[in-house]
Amino acid sequence: MDPYDKLKAKQAWALDGGRHSDKGAKLLEGKVFVRDRLRLLLDEEPEFEDGLLAGSEKGVPADAVVTVIGKVGGRKVAVIANDISSKAGSWGYQTFIKITRFQELAFSLKIPLVYLVDSAGARIDEQKLCYLGRRAWGNIFYNQVKFSGAVPQLCVLFGPSPAGAAYVPALCDTTVMVDKKATAYLASPRMVRMAIGEDVTDEQLGGARMHCTFSGLGDVLVHSDEEGIAVAKRYLAYFPSSYLEQPTVAPAAAKAAPPDLTQIIPPDQAQPYDVKLLIDALADDDSVLEIKPLFAKEIVTSFVRLGGRPVGIVANNSKVKGGVLFNDSSDKAARFIWLCSAFNIPLLFLQDISGYMIGTSVEKTGIIRHGAKLLSAVCEATVPRISVMVRKAYGGGYLAMSGAPTNPDAMLALPTAMPALVGPEAAINALFFNQIAELPEAERPAYIAAKRAEYAADIDVFSAAADPMAVEAVIHPNRLRDELIRRFEAYARKTPAQFEKRNPVHPV
Amino acid sequence: MKKTIHSPMAGTIWKIVKAPGDSVDYGDTVAILESMKMEIPIEADNTGTITAFCVKEGEVVDDGTPIAELS
Repeated sequence: MDPYDKLKAKQAWALDGGRHSDKGAKLLEGKVFVRDRLRLLLDEEPEFEDGLLAGSEKGVPADAVVTVIGKVGGRKVAVIANDISSKAGSWGYQTFIKITRFQELAFSLKIPLVYLVDSAGARIDEQKLCYLGRRAWGNIFYNQVKFSGAVPQLCVLFGPSPAGAAYVPALCDTTVMVDKKATAYLASPRMVRMAIGEDVTDEQLGGARMHCTFSGLGDVLVHSDEEGIAVAKRYLAYFPSSYLEQPTVAPAAAKAAPPDLTQIIPPDQAQPYDVKLLIDALADDDSVLEIKPLFAKEIVTSFVRLGGRPVGIVANNSKVKGGVLFNDSSDKAARFIWLCSAFNIPLLFLQDISGYMIGTSVEKTGIIRHGAKLLSAVCEATVPRISVMVRKAYGGGYLAMSGAPTNPDAMLALPTAMPALVGPEAAINALFFNQIAELPEAERPAYIAAKRAEYAADIDVFSAAADPMAVEAVIHPNRLRDELIRRFEAYARKTPAQFEKRNPVHPV
Repeated sequence: MKKTIHSPMAGTIWKIVKAPGDSVDYGDTVAILESMKMEIPIEADNTGTITAFCVKEGEVVDDGTPIAELS
């Protein structure tokens, strides 16, 4: 055959993946073909592709993975995309070579890595070459860890990612999962039944909804391949190409009719409200991307833009479990802070916190350990950081939410703020326990009420504001957005302090 | 099929705001829990008609304690 015709034929065969085989077509049912996923993701056709002809000798188009460089939002990204129609997207020898070489390329170019995952996992028949040695499948995870925090790593999980492959989404910064299609588990339902006798479905064991709601492995649940890719594009826009760069500042987009924040925040501290309304009111128009909206909902973690500048928000949501911090909410917030700090995204904390949860159940499951993780993430963050006392700012919860002792760039307060080591109820019970006990029972309620009122007046925000070491400024809520924009713009100039050490010993 | 609404966390049942026979939808508040100085709504995570409450006002509950049964 003419060498040019041969090239054309081989390329055409590889570009087609397995979609015209019976098995490939079946695996593609209800899914978007890998090349079409790339078209949806990238601004234009890929700029170049590596390893298109890999796997051709053994009849596996592209060895089931497509690796291209292309642009998203005008900036280069490296994409590693499994082709489920080619040998079920599984990992063979050339697959892992292609994946690891592309990871290394992205790191050397300092551009984000996007993993479009849809894979049956490792090929057992190729394990001899790929499992045990120094150059093997495990290098994929090694690279993910080594490059973590250097270049953004985003996963969109469209289908399976079983066993070892499940660590790809786990080791990415963020994972978007397609509902009813994506799954991740260490062992399949069949193996689970065999080994431990449990009878479960794919969906129950490792479905997207389960991971986005309970395990926390999933960050954003979407309902189609197209929506997954749309979220990926929005997500990448908040990020710089690598840790060496700053996020792109977009044109500011103030809302046409600014909402009245005094109507959103109930002054009654015990009355819950949805903090997402406050986040939406503060952010630029249509600029909120919430991460883990279904998991540990008592804390909200969202990317927003403030005057065009990307900001990560961590906010207590009193509407769910009173906004109290639990183990999972501490994990969720800590990881989000690490992510923002890694990529120069400033942080905004909205405090409305009566504390970490107390009691046997959370002590047994390590609330102190998990709480320490959040505190550690806050203290370690090197990006501009502003904390706003919206309402309650009690005890350890106040510290974890970037309280003044953790050295934020600014500690702001709304007039509704209530900072204290403990709230009035607990304080009076602790301070006057003996006095209360000595009183006749009929006189106790009036005494307690008077003492509580006295205490509540004392922990008023204006007495806190008298100490310039505690609060930089008390702000009317309707002026908060402008104040934040000005301050973040100023703090963007700061150079983070450097400490001489290897790494902290993280509490996890 | 019997469906149960559980307490989201430990605390004291402050108020029961629905009654047996009431129909509820996702997100409807069936009772209010007092915990960590907050009034925390206990919401239906299903649709149905309340057949019975498993707790009384003032009762101390734990994370996961059944609050109400739905049909």
